[in-house]
Amino acid sequence: MDEKKTGILREIADGVAGLAGSYAATLAHLFCKPVTEQYPEYKRPLPERTRGRIILTRSPDGNERCVACYLCSGACPVNCISMQSGEGPDGRRRAAWFRINFARCIYCGLCEEACPTLAIQLTAEFAFSKDAIGDFVYEKEDLLVDHGGRHPDYDFYAHAGVAAGGPKGSHEHEDEPVDIKSILP
Amino acid sequence: MDLLAGVVVMLLKMAVVLAVVFGLAAYMILIERKLLGRFQVRYGPNRVGLFGLLQPIADGLKMLLKEDIIPDGVDRRLFLVAPAIVAGTALFAFAVVPFGAGLTVFGRAVPQVLVKTDVGLLFILGLSSLAVYGVALGGWTSDNKYSLLGGLRGAAQMISYELALGLSVVPVAMTARSLDLSDIVAAQAACPFALIQPVAFLIFITSALAETNRIPFDLPEAENELQAGYHTEYSGMRFALFFVGEYVNMILLGAITAIFFLGGWHGPILPPVIWLAIKVLAVPVFLIWTRASLPRLRYDQLMALGWKALVPLALANILVTGAVLVAQN
Repeated sequence: MDEKKTGILREIADGVAGLAGSYAATLAHLFCKPVTEQYPEYKRPLPERTRGRIILTRSPDGNERCVACYLCSGACPVNCISMQSGEGPDGRRRAAWFRINFARCIYCGLCEEACPTLAIQLTAEFAFSKDAIGDFVYEKEDLLVDHGGRHPDYDFYAHAGVAAGGPKGSHEHEDEPVDIKSILP
Repeated sequence: MDLLAGVVVMLLKMAVVLAVVFGLAAYMILIERKLLGRFQVRYGPNRVGLFGLLQPIADGLKMLLKEDIIPDGVDRRLFLVAPAIVAGTALFAFAVVPFGAGLTVFGRAVPQVLVKTDVGLLFILGLSSLAVYGVALGGWTSDNKYSLLGGLRGAAQMISYELALGLSVVPVAMTARSLDLSDIVAAQAACPFALIQPVAFLIFITSALAETNRIPFDLPEAENELQAGYHTEYSGMRFALFFVGEYVNMILLGAITAIFFLGGWHGPILPPVIWLAIKVLAVPVFLIWTRASLPRLRYDQLMALGWKALVPLALANILVTGAVLVAQN
């Protein structure tokens, strides 16, 4: 009888202690500084490789990098990139039109990895909501920027196998053309 | 002339009570969201107006502008009436809640209560029983199994805890020797009943928590098992009415706790109205604190606590109080 009574008392004491513990825990948190980051006023620094809105960059000489090779379009898992290839005045391949539907884009970055000319790149900009879903279809002029994005010094034609930028041997990391007559046995 | 003055005074008092209660209910939502936020180490709403002070207005506007959906299968009449019962009974109870000892305006005694009645305590208990109909009918007429479960749980829970609630205030009436709320407050001029009747106070607070369907007794609207319980199918202003009812109920609970146990408007230094306001607001704040602290009870635990612990304890408390009163005489 006596033992049972202390058992009940112990139980009550434990229960009260448990309740008081949780009340104390919440009360302690009441006086903590909130951990909330207040977004529009404070923008958290984003990682360098954040994947956001897609841009089409230009090479250092101001020409469009995109050569309309369709690789990004092919790599895109949601088929949000479409384009048609054409020819620029200097005879280089260009995109006649280039269109990205951001309402479909999942910002996976596969287009950027597929791009051989580093033209298509993802930026850290993520907040560009619209009122109408049709406004998310970005045309080439909306996508083109006047800088080189992440790779400002890269010029595809300075590496390509065509003599488009200058005379032979002027490409980066390219040796002088060999005078084949001088290496005769 | 006397009649006219009486009507004017009555209308004025009703307007004041309604305005204060609705204003408090609206801001209680903001206080709850803010406090819950701080309990969870975040800011509450702080965008609408300074410190989010206009948030209740924004909430109300949003609710008014929402579509009021009445699903196909519902019993239309009862479906429309149910939220009004919840909000109405909560508001109605304020008719007998006294806010002060009484004023004298232009040589005329004006009691600070809408209706002075000898049975205020019974009136409040009766109205809080009626509130069950709102919950039960809301769940029943919604034609939705989750709502039905919520309504059933609500009915069972509120009826069970009604008993403990009623029994816990019997010692108060016995000690004060009156069912009139003003007399009960007057009896606590020296010492609030919470100190004389601590057991009754505990039972009262616990069963009042259950009566208002708040965490840890929010089984009728348990979000993660019943979606929203009895008000799942409600939208727009009708949903808001349920909410207004809940918050008015919280304030009512604060008011009657203050009157039954905390000594009403009695207190040192500060004017009586301020004391009453502090006590009335202390209870909802405690309820919010509880919401932040405790997990929800299981249904069998809820019933066991009500029937096996609170009711016997309340009965024993009545017996002990009676014995002490007899011994004192």
